[in-house]
Parts: sequence; C-alpha cells; structure tokens
Amino acid sequence: MSKKIAGPEIERLVQLLARLPGLGPRSARKAALGLLKKRQELLVPLSDALKIAVEKIVECPTCGNLDTVSPCTICQDPRRDPTLIVVVEEVGDLWALERAGVVNARYHVLGGHLSPLDGIGPENLNIGSLRLRAAASDVGEILLALNATVEGQSTAHYVMDQLVGLDVTVSRLAQGVPIGGELDYLDEGTLAAAIKSRRRV
Amino acid sequence: MEWSDEAIVLSVRSHGETAAVVDLFTRSHGRHSGLVHGGRSRKARPTLQMGNHVDATWKARLAEHLGHMSVELRRGYAASAMDDPAALAGLTSMCALARLLPERDPHPALYEVTLFVLGFLDDPTVWPALMVRWELSLLQELGFGLDLSACAATGVNDQLIYVSPKSGRAVSESAGEPYKDRMLALPRFLTSARDRHATRDDVAAGFALTGFFLEQRVLAPKGEGLPESRARILTHIDR
Repeated sequence: MSKKIAGPEIERLVQLLARLPGLGPRSARKAALGLLKKRQELLVPLSDALKIAVEKIVECPTCGNLDTVSPCTICQDPRRDPTLIVVVEEVGDLWALERAGVVNARYHVLGGHLSPLDGIGPENLNIGSLRLRAAASDVGEILLALNATVEGQSTAHYVMDQLVGLDVTVSRLAQGVPIGGELDYLDEGTLAAAIKSRRRV
Repeated sequence: MEWSDEAIVLSVRSHGETAAVVDLFTRSHGRHSGLVHGGRSRKARPTLQMGNHVDATWKARLAEHLGHMSVELRRGYAASAMDDPAALAGLTSMCALARLLPERDPHPALYEVTLFVLGFLDDPTVWPALMVRWELSLLQELGFGLDLSACAATGVNDQLIYVSPKSGRAVSESAGEPYKDRMLALPRFLTSARDRHATRDDVAAGFALTGFFLEQRVLAPKGEGLPESRARILTHIDR
C-alpha cells in the first residue's frame, strides 16, 4: 500500500491544478510545489486574484465577452466602430483579434459552434441576441470570424440564414495562404481556398 | 494488430489536450475508431475534417482495443464544400448518417457510393439526387432496403409512383389509387427512368421517402432523429 506523502489540502490543490488546460498530474504537482515555495510572492497574490475574479468577472450581457464591468469595456468604448460587429466562437478568439489589433469594432461571442455530436444546437449559442443587435439601426456589417472547420463554417451558414431579411452586409474572413506560409507545405484545402479567393493586383 | 486502409472521416472528438478520437468509414474495415496522437495539432486539423478522404493506419495490441491511428490526407472534400451551405449541409448530414453503421462491419459498396457522392459535391445539379440514392444504399446496408423494382400488388414495373410506408415496396399508380393519401411519393429518378433529370421537387420527394424510412426504422427505435443538417439541404437547394 502506498504511503501518503502530503495532507488532503495539498492533494486537493494538485488535483484542481491538474484539471487546468495544459497541466497533467505531474506538472500540477510541480506547479503546486512552486506556489507553496513562493507563498508570499505567488500563492497569496494568486489566491487574491482568483477570489477577485470569482467575485467580479461577469459575462457581458451584450456581446458575451468576459470582463469586470457590465457591459464590457469593448461594448462601452465610444472609439470603436459601432457599424461593424465581429462574430467569434469563443472569448479566446476575441482576445486573439484584439492582440493583433487589426479591427476596431465591437464583437459578439457565440459561445461555441454547432456540434450535433456534442449536443450543441442553435439554442445553446448566442444567436438570438446577435440578430437583435444586427437589427439595430447603427449596425451596417456583420463579420463572421469563425473557424475554418466544418463545424465553424456550418455555424457561419446557420448564422447567415438567421440574418436574412435584415439590412446588414454579412461578410466572412478570407481563407488562403498564411503569412510566412510556403505553398509546398500547404494542404490542398488551403491551396484550393487560396485559388478560389484570388484577387486582382 | 495492424492494418492500413483508405477511409472517409466521419467525426473527430478532442481527447485531452492534443489527441483526438476519430471515427472513420474505411473501405475494408467498416466504421472504425482510433486515437490520433497530435490530432488537434495545427498540422493534423486540416486533414481531420469531416468528409475528407484519407489513408489510415491502425495499430493496437488487441483487436478489441481502441488503438492508435495515423492519418494522411488523400483529398480534402471538406474544404471544397465549405463555401456552399447546401453542400456543407449535405456532407455533414451524410457523415452523421454514416455513423448509424455498426462498428467494424465492412460495407465496401456503400463506401464506394459515399466516395462517388463526395466527388460530385461541387456540382449542385447532381449531388442532391445522388445523396437520395446514397440514403437508399444506407437503408439497404442497414437491412431496411426498399424494393423499388416492381409493384408490390401487381408485379408490373411501369407507372410506379408510390411506395408503401408499411412494406417499403413500390406500388403502381392504379394499385395505389385507393390508398394514395397514405402512400409515399416515388420520384421518377429512383425508378428505371434513370436518364430523367431530377428536379427540385423530385429531390424533395426522394428525401421525404428516405427520411421516412430512416426515421421510422432506424432512428426512432434508438430514440434519435434525423440530423438537423439534413433539413438544411432542401432549404439551401431552394435558393
């Protein structure tokens, strides 16, 4: 029978850390040890930050983003283009676009994509609220920035159907050769998409 | 245990951080699952899209194990269907319905038909009718094949315009007349008049026919319904 090497509190900490994305039991143990070794510099501030996150971070009722204020900072920002709404699957996608700083618009987070296998249907996504937002008079364009996967594009087509009849332009991200991509190494699907969406120079 | 075979990707589910469990429809080994290490990587994702034609190698210590798979792309049907909502709905519906096949039971004839339909997904004048035929083949493989060759009542093979919802057999116009309200329509392109171009109404009647038997005989006993994407095919064909 194996001997216990730590109290239940430490075991619990390791178990919870192991449930985080990117961490397994071994790396969770390492992380727990690191936190316990640097109690004042890491563990206490982290625990305070987590407590504040639990208390203050909420989902924006307008766009589905996560923030400490409601509506979120992006929805409240008057410098953003109110005529353009960028639709993304997850908050992580919104963060990726914000990191790149390539679009100065407002967002709408669907909360996933249609996936019959996982039991995710239209009623599980924030599509109804998108339609309401798109119907507002100041919105002129809906940009569907969804993943170039079968599920992502099926969701995009579904969203397009829901926006039929509204006075908005619906656009989607281009698909093709990535920056730094060499044609020799690209899959045929990407090459076909690149050829299909070629443009005059 | 090890085999290599060609296959069509039916579904991909994440497993942990980096791996994926894929469900393939193989030519010689039927529907078969396996774990793909690195299946969620940037390199593997374009290959592991629903509907893609791939070469797969499966390895396991024992035959009943899930086993490990390595997959290489042959032809990316998913990418070419992504722009067309009807074709994408068709591809999704076909992959969802193919998952009704029992695991590890070879269905080479249906595999050939599946590959044939996928090859025509870029031609909207052809694939909807082919997909109806594919659903008929699926019913056949599942043991619920329809007999559309001759009238169930008279044995003649002309003027077949109905299908009996009870027997799944074709019925001629004269024999079916008294029961026509209860009969399912048999579109001409599914009878011997194969040269006839299938109109939108023919395709709709075809989908209604196969949908009825799929629902009643295959899905209802399992407590399931037809895939939502299947309903979208006709909506998009209309436009």
